[in-house]
Amino acid sequence: MNHTFRLIQSYLIAGFLLFTGVNFVTAQDHDDHHEGNHHSEPDEGHGGEYDPANTAFHHISDQNVYSLGFADLPLPCFLYAKDGGWDVFMSSKFGIGHHGNGHYAYNRYVLVESIVRRITDESFPMGKVELSDHPYHHEMVMVDGKEKEQVTVNYDGNHYNLENKSTLDGGLMGGGLTSFYDFSLTKNVVSLLLIAIFLFIVFSAVAKRYKQDALRAPKGVQSFLEPIFLFIQDEVAKPFLGHKWQKYLPFLMCLFFLIFALNLFGQIPFLGNANVTGNLTFTMVLAVIAFFVVNFSGKKAYWEHVFWMPGVPVFVKPILTVVEVMGVFIKPLTLMLRLAANITAGHMIIVIFVSLIFIFNEAGQNMVGSVPGLALSVPLTMFMMAIELLVALVQAFVFTILTASYIGAAIEEHH
Amino acid sequence: MTGSIAAIGAGIAVIGAGLGIGWIGGKAMESIARQPEAVNDIRSNMILMAALVEGAALIAILLSFFV
Repeated sequence: MNHTFRLIQSYLIAGFLLFTGVNFVTAQDHDDHHEGNHHSEPDEGHGGEYDPANTAFHHISDQNVYSLGFADLPLPCFLYAKDGGWDVFMSSKFGIGHHGNGHYAYNRYVLVESIVRRITDESFPMGKVELSDHPYHHEMVMVDGKEKEQVTVNYDGNHYNLENKSTLDGGLMGGGLTSFYDFSLTKNVVSLLLIAIFLFIVFSAVAKRYKQDALRAPKGVQSFLEPIFLFIQDEVAKPFLGHKWQKYLPFLMCLFFLIFALNLFGQIPFLGNANVTGNLTFTMVLAVIAFFVVNFSGKKAYWEHVFWMPGVPVFVKPILTVVEVMGVFIKPLTLMLRLAANITAGHMIIVIFVSLIFIFNEAGQNMVGSVPGLALSVPLTMFMMAIELLVALVQAFVFTILTASYIGAAIEEHH
Repeated sequence: MTGSIAAIGAGIAVIGAGLGIGWIGGKAMESIARQPEAVNDIRSNMILMAALVEGAALIAILLSFFV
C-alpha cells in the first residue's frame, strides 16, 4: 500500500510543520506549491481532484498485489481466456509501480490499481509491451442511463478500452462479466490461506496438550483460547442445539475462529489490510455452507413448518408456505450480507477518516489545511479502530450464533 | 440525482434500525436490572435480535447501491 506509506509521510510532514510554525508554512505555500505537493499527491490516477470514496473502494477491493506499505509483493496470476488460453505468471511481470499501476502489458493483460484487467481490442500486441509513463485514464461514461467508469490505456498514441474488473466487488459496483476468468491467488486468497495455516498450527499445538493431559492447567496460547472456546460452546452450541450440540460443535468453532481471525488480521495496518470477511464472495461461501448444513440436517418437523405450517387455519397455510420458503433462502443471504457489509463499512470508514487530511489540505495544495485535518483524523481513526476490534468479535459471534439458531430450529424434533 | 435519493432511503432505513436496536438494548438493560442472574441468556439473545434488526438495515443500504 504505497498510498498508506505516503499518508504516513504526510503525517510526519504535517507534524514537522506544526512545530516549525505556521508562518514558515504559509510563506513556503506562496513560494513553492510543488514542494508541498510532491509528498502528498493522493490520487493522480483519478485526475487531479481528490475523491475519498474512490480511494476507499480501491483500498477495500481484492488485489493482485500484496502491498505491505513499504513494498509491493507480487502474487501469482492464473488467468484463463477462451480466445487466449491459460496465462500463468507473477504479477511482478507488470512492473508494479505507483498506486499499483503496471508499467507493462502482458498478453493484453494490464495491472490497474493493483487489479488485473484485459484490453478488449484484439489489435493490441501480445507479449510483454512497455507502456508510457501515465498510461491509464479513468473517465465516467453514461451506459444505459447509468454512470460507469471506463478505463483506457494509452499505447503508441492510441487509446485502448479496458474490460471491467474480474473481482466481484468490481462487478457489483457497475462492472459485469469479463471475457477472462481470474483464478489468481489474490491478496484475499493469500490472507485466507495464511490464516488457515496459522489457525491449524495454533490449534494443533493446543489440541496436543489436551490429548496429553486434559486436566492439566492451561498454558500459553491455550489459556487464551480456552475461555473463548468454552464461551462459544456454553453460550452458543449448548443452548441452541440441545443434546446434539457435539455433532455441530466443530463446524461452529471453525466458523467462529476463522471469521474472528480474519477480521482481526484485516485490522492490522501495513500488513495488507486484506478485507477478506468484507468480501461478498467469501461470506457467500460461508453462507452457502451454512445453508447446506441447516437444510441437510432438517428433520420432519422443520420441513413441516416450512411447507405446511401446523396449528394455523388452512387458508393461511399457503401464504405461510411462500413466506417460509423465501425465509429458507433469505436467512443465508442476510448472513452473507451482514458480515460483508459490517466489515467493509468499518474498513471504508477508517480510510475515509484518514482521507480527511487530504480533504482539508485540498489534495496537497494547501498544507496548512493538513493541521486541522490531522487533528480531526487521528483521534477519529483511533476511535474507529477500537470500535472495529469490538465489531470483529461481535460479527464473528453473531454469524456463529445465527448459524447455530438456524441449525437448532432445523433439528428440533417437537415443540 | 438518483444516487442522492437512494442515500436518503438508506438513511431512513438506518433510523429504523437504530430505533429497533436501541429498543432491544434498553429492554435488555431493564431485564438485566430485574434479573441479574439471567445476564448471560439475555446478552446472547440481545445480540441475536440486534443482528436480525441490523440485517434489514443492511439490505436497505446495499439496495441503495444498486438503484
